[in-house]
Formats: sequence, structure tokens, C-alpha cells
Amino acid sequence: MKGISSKWKGVIATVLAVCCLAFSDYDASAFTSQVIQKGAVGDDVIELQARLQNIGYYHGKIDGVYGWGTYWALRNFQQSFGLPIDGLAGFTTKKKLADASNFNAKFVHEQIQKGNEFTYYGGVDIEKQIKPNTNKKNTNTTGKTNTSTKQATKSNQKTNTASNLPAGYSQNDIQLIANAVYGESRGEPYIGQVAVAAVILNRLDSPSFPNTISGVIFEPGAFTAVADGQIWLTPNERAKEAVIDAINGWDPSGNAEYYFNPQTATSKWIWTRPQIKQIGKHIFCH
Amino acid sequence: MIRNVVIGVLVLAVAGTGFWGYQEHKEKNAILINAENTYQRAFHDLSYQVDILQDKIGNTLAMNSRTSLSPALTDVWRITSEAQNDVGQLPLTLLPFNKTEEFLSDIGDFSYRTAVRDLEKEPLNDKEYTRLETLYGQAGEIQKELRKVQHLVIKNNLRWMDVEMALASGKENTDNTIIDGFETVEKTVSGYSESQTGDPTYTSSKQENKNYQNLKGEIISKKEAVQKAKKYAKMKEPIEVRVEENGKGAKYEFYSISLLETGTNTEVDMDITKKGGYPVWYINNRDIQNSKLDLNKASQKAVQFLKENDFESLDLFESAQYDHIGLFNFVTLQDGIRIYPDSVKIKIALDDGSVLGFSADDFFQSHKKRDIPKAALSVEEAKTKINQKVTIMEERKALIVNDLDQEVLCYEFLGTINQDTYRIFINANSGREEKVEKLKNSEPVYENLL
Repeated sequence: MKGISSKWKGVIATVLAVCCLAFSDYDASAFTSQVIQKGAVGDDVIELQARLQNIGYYHGKIDGVYGWGTYWALRNFQQSFGLPIDGLAGFTTKKKLADASNFNAKFVHEQIQKGNEFTYYGGVDIEKQIKPNTNKKNTNTTGKTNTSTKQATKSNQKTNTASNLPAGYSQNDIQLIANAVYGESRGEPYIGQVAVAAVILNRLDSPSFPNTISGVIFEPGAFTAVADGQIWLTPNERAKEAVIDAINGWDPSGNAEYYFNPQTATSKWIWTRPQIKQIGKHIFCH
Repeated sequence: MIRNVVIGVLVLAVAGTGFWGYQEHKEKNAILINAENTYQRAFHDLSYQVDILQDKIGNTLAMNSRTSLSPALTDVWRITSEAQNDVGQLPLTLLPFNKTEEFLSDIGDFSYRTAVRDLEKEPLNDKEYTRLETLYGQAGEIQKELRKVQHLVIKNNLRWMDVEMALASGKENTDNTIIDGFETVEKTVSGYSESQTGDPTYTSSKQENKNYQNLKGEIISKKEAVQKAKKYAKMKEPIEVRVEENGKGAKYEFYSISLLETGTNTEVDMDITKKGGYPVWYINNRDIQNSKLDLNKASQKAVQFLKENDFESLDLFESAQYDHIGLFNFVTLQDGIRIYPDSVKIKIALDDGSVLGFSADDFFQSHKKRDIPKAALSVEEAKTKINQKVTIMEERKALIVNDLDQEVLCYEFLGTINQDTYRIFINANSGREEKVEKLKNSEPVYENLL
């Protein structure tokens, strides 16, 4: 019984997909109404990338992040189709693109869900463009997600396969700083956490400190959280946000290179540093 | 009988505990020795690097041929970075050792700048030669002091673990040859710092802090600052307000204001300069749960915010979406030229389009009306300086700060090689390739790949 129902759902999904294609002149496309701009993430970007690849403009990975590769592909498309070349996917661009290309939402989202490496060029059998992910962990999720396109899209929003990152930092760098920030200041207000992250970054730029993230964080005696092992607590999302804010240029500490908790600080020397301000329990200084 | 059994069990227990304790003790010692060895290695390595550093600087003084000078200076630069690395591994953060690190970094900067220069066209001038001589002398002093400490460490079997304990506990009554020794090194170095700054060609990293000297306007009062903050925050009364003035160590005067909207428990924090009342940064700590706006609409909100707050002629050059937040980076546009040092960043919430934060730190530090000279080269001439393999997609004029900390007018080119995009800056006067950077692609989320 189960088998039959999922089969039916599959048929319905296909019919729906065909309908969408048939009516594509009618409602521009399956795109939502947004103007897609560089830096955007999400399902519209996946569709944009897939459609651009379908007609041979985009050669990168379909990952739902509008990066440089997508930008140039869209501009080339706009140029060939006589549209204003601005790298923005507005109404006209989306309509032209939808008319010129095919998009099998179910197929694309399914491959992304499974973590398969795949391409979506037109004129080639799509099944031949998949390089399956050899790891088995993901296969159990496919049962839930491939039943209908709508569901696949929904669950896809939760787990992005790629993300935007500030220039010069990897996800692991951010994670490492977030660990330090969380271990040092998890009881502090949000801006206190941003300030601690900013101090780490200020040290990175400073000639008086090591020049790598790990060098600054693991410098002996530099952070109590490193010394007592609290750095290995799992940081929450808030700590990560604080780190990203600091990397993107927010510095509530006023360019500080040191901070200390006046209640627990044992070193006399730290009190001789010129103080800038206090945030929460920490005094920030040069 | 029972007594014997109890005695037997107790004996076993005591023996077991003893054995376990011994194991623990052994493990603890092994770990301590391991940590101690890491410190010892870093320390002896530092001393060794400073030895070599001094020798190498000495060598450069005797060199005449430009062809050997460049590699020698590069080598000096490399060694300073190794020595800095060693300092970073020693438990000296609680000890005032930053002057020595800065000294190392100064040597590094100087040797790098002279090494990358075309010494054939622009040989070392007299001032630079004198500076090299002074550096040689200073490196010698540091070497001497470090050797003294090293000798004492070896002779008296001093342990870094004890230093760390002493520093952490704040008790400095124990015999701390190491701490004293390093303090002497530090004093020796700080004696130099005055004489160095006299040299006009010498730009140390300290001068990067521009101290908001270009700000105009009157000093504002606390009350005015709070009013300004309320204007930015657009909150509903009742609002709890906290204002604090900056501490004595701040590089410029400011008020730190935090506003708490009691109805929603939303907090806004910001710093406003006393002079002129300019907003340095602003953060709203609201949690954003969903996205209703797209990035493009959000960017319009950011532009509108800038207009409302008298940030003029700014050009959006970067945008990115992080979950439910849009981040936008703006730079000044003057006569069609992008001024990269003047940047303002804005965060927009994608649920209602409100401003979640902005940071104008860089902007206020460097913004001023600039007299930008005419470019000596044409775009076409500049293009010839670019690697043939790059397909140029976009071009414009831009002002950037180069490796030598100078503001230079450049042609900016965006180009691609295969799947990668590059940003290339060609000096509009000298044709020098000032900067080439590979622009970041999105990074896969590894959790999904595992």
C-alpha cells in the first residue's frame, strides 16, 4: 500500500512539474517574485543556477549560493539575450531565462538532498550527470524527501549545502574563534561577545601578537578558557553570529587588544594597561 | 576467618589505590614534561633565531651588490617572523613583552619593504642604511640579554612551568630569573622606540591608527548623544537608557549608549563620538526568525538608511545573506572613483527590513575630501599589465591602500580564470600590480558532506 501511494505521489509530482513548464509563459516561472542579487542564498538561487547550467552558461556547482560564478554566468546570459547587464535577476531576466531553459525542481533538489555531485546540462540524460555520494549516512533521508517536490524544497531550506562567508575566513576559522568566544564570555551580553571576538581579530593585526588565528587563541596564558579547557564547550549560534559580526567589521571594544575581568584578574600588570571601556564584566584595554 | 577476608580485601584495595595513584602520577609527570619541553623548545628557538637575525642584518650591512641584498633582506624578514612565532608560544602574555614583539615586527616590516623594492632603480638611501645599522645594534643588545637568560635557564635548570604558575598566581616573590630576564630585554627595547620615529620614511604599524582626526563638529553633550542614539534606534517608549563615557585609554572620545526597549526586551548598543556626534557602530541584538524580504529589497533599505543619516555618495560594492540577515558593504564614490578605505557596513533584518547594525569605524578613520590626481596611464595601457590568461569582465577606477600603507589610485579589474574570479589593482600612475586577490567562492557545509 505504501509503495503504491508513494508511486502516485511521484506521478502527481511529475504532472505538477509538467504543468509548471507548460504554464511557464503564464507566471514567469517557478521563481518567487524576488529580485535575485549577488550574495543571495536559497531555492531561487538553486533554480537560477540550474537553469543557467541547463543552457550552458553556468559551469560551477549548483549549491544555492549566488557567488561570482553565478554572477558572470547571469551577466553573459543577459548579454546574449539583449537584456541590461546588471547581474540582477529581476522579472524580465527571470522570464527570459525560464522560457529558454528547463528546470526539474524535483531532480535538482533530490540530488542536493542526497549530497550527490551532479550537473544539469540540457541535451544530456540527467541521470548520467550524477556522481552519487558514496557515504551512506544520507541515503536514509532520501526516503522522506523525494516523495514530492514541495517537501523536498521545504526540508532543503533547513539545511543549506553551502554558505556565504566573510573574505579570508573559512568555516573552521569561524568555529575556532566561536569556541574561544563562547568559552570566554558565554555569560556576557551579545556586544560583549562581539567585543571579545574583535579583540582576537585585533591581536591578529597587531605586531605584538602571533599572526594566525590558532596562534593568537592558543598563545599560552592568553585566554583563561584555553587554559582551563572551557574552549572545548560547544558554542551556540549566538557566539558564531558574534564572530561573523566582528569579522565583518563591528568592533564594540574600541580597538582593544586586552580585556580582563576585574573580579578575577590576578595579574597586577593588566591594571596598568590604558582602559578603553567596560562591557558587561570585562574591561577592555590597549 | 571474616577478619582475614576483610584484611585481604583491604590490602588489595590499598595496593590497587597505590598502583592507580602511581599510574596517575606517572601520567601527570609525562604531561608536565611534555608541556615543559614545548616551552623550552620555543624559548631556545627564539634565542637561536635572534642570534641568526643579528648575523644576517650584519651581513646586509656589508653587502654592496643589489642582487644579493634583496634575498638577504627577505631572509631577515623570514627570520623575524619565525622569532615572533616563538614568542607567541611562550607564556608571556601576562608579562609586558610586547615591545620586543613590536621590535621584531618593525625589523620585519623594514626588511620586507626594502626587499620587495627594485633596489636596482631605487637603492638604499643613507637614512635607510643608518636605520639598518641601528637595527643591527639593537638586535645585538637583545641577543645579549636573551643569551644571559638562556645561560641562567640552563645553569639553574629553570622550568617554564614555574614561570607560568608564578605569573598566573600573581606571586612574584619566588626566584624568577626568567621573568626578570625578560623584563630586562623588554626595557632594553623600549629604550629604542623614541629614536626610531624620527625617520620620515619609517612607517610603523602604530601609525595606522588615524584617531578620527578628520572629524568635524562641536563636542556634544550626553543628552544630545542619547537623542541621536534614539533617532537611530527608532524604538518605542518606555526606553531604559544607559550612557557611559570612554575610559582614559581610548584613542578618541566617545559615549557608549545602550537602549533597552522594555516592551520587547530589545537592546540597542552604540558608540557615538563626542566630537560631532558621529555614530561609530551600532548593534541591535534582536533575534531574527524568518525572511520576508529578499536581499535586493534589503539593499534598498540600507541605501535609504544611509541617505537619511547623511552618509553621502556611497556605492554598494558587496552584499551577502547570512541566514535571515543581509549584510551590505558600501564605499565612498568620489568622481566615479571607489575609495576602498572609506567603508561602511550595514546589516538589515530580512523579516521587517529594519537596520540591525552598522559599522562606520573604517569610514571615520580615513574619510576626508581627497585631491585625487589624474591617472597617468589609460585603461588600455593598464590592461596590458595584466596576465594574459585573465579574462577581464569589469573595470573601474579605485583608490586603495597598498602594501606600503600608501593610498594609491588604481585601475580595478575583475576577471576570471576558469571558475575563479580575481580582483586586480593596477597602479594608474606607475602601472605596478598593487594587489591581486582571488575572490572567495562559497564554501560547502561540511556536515552535509560527511
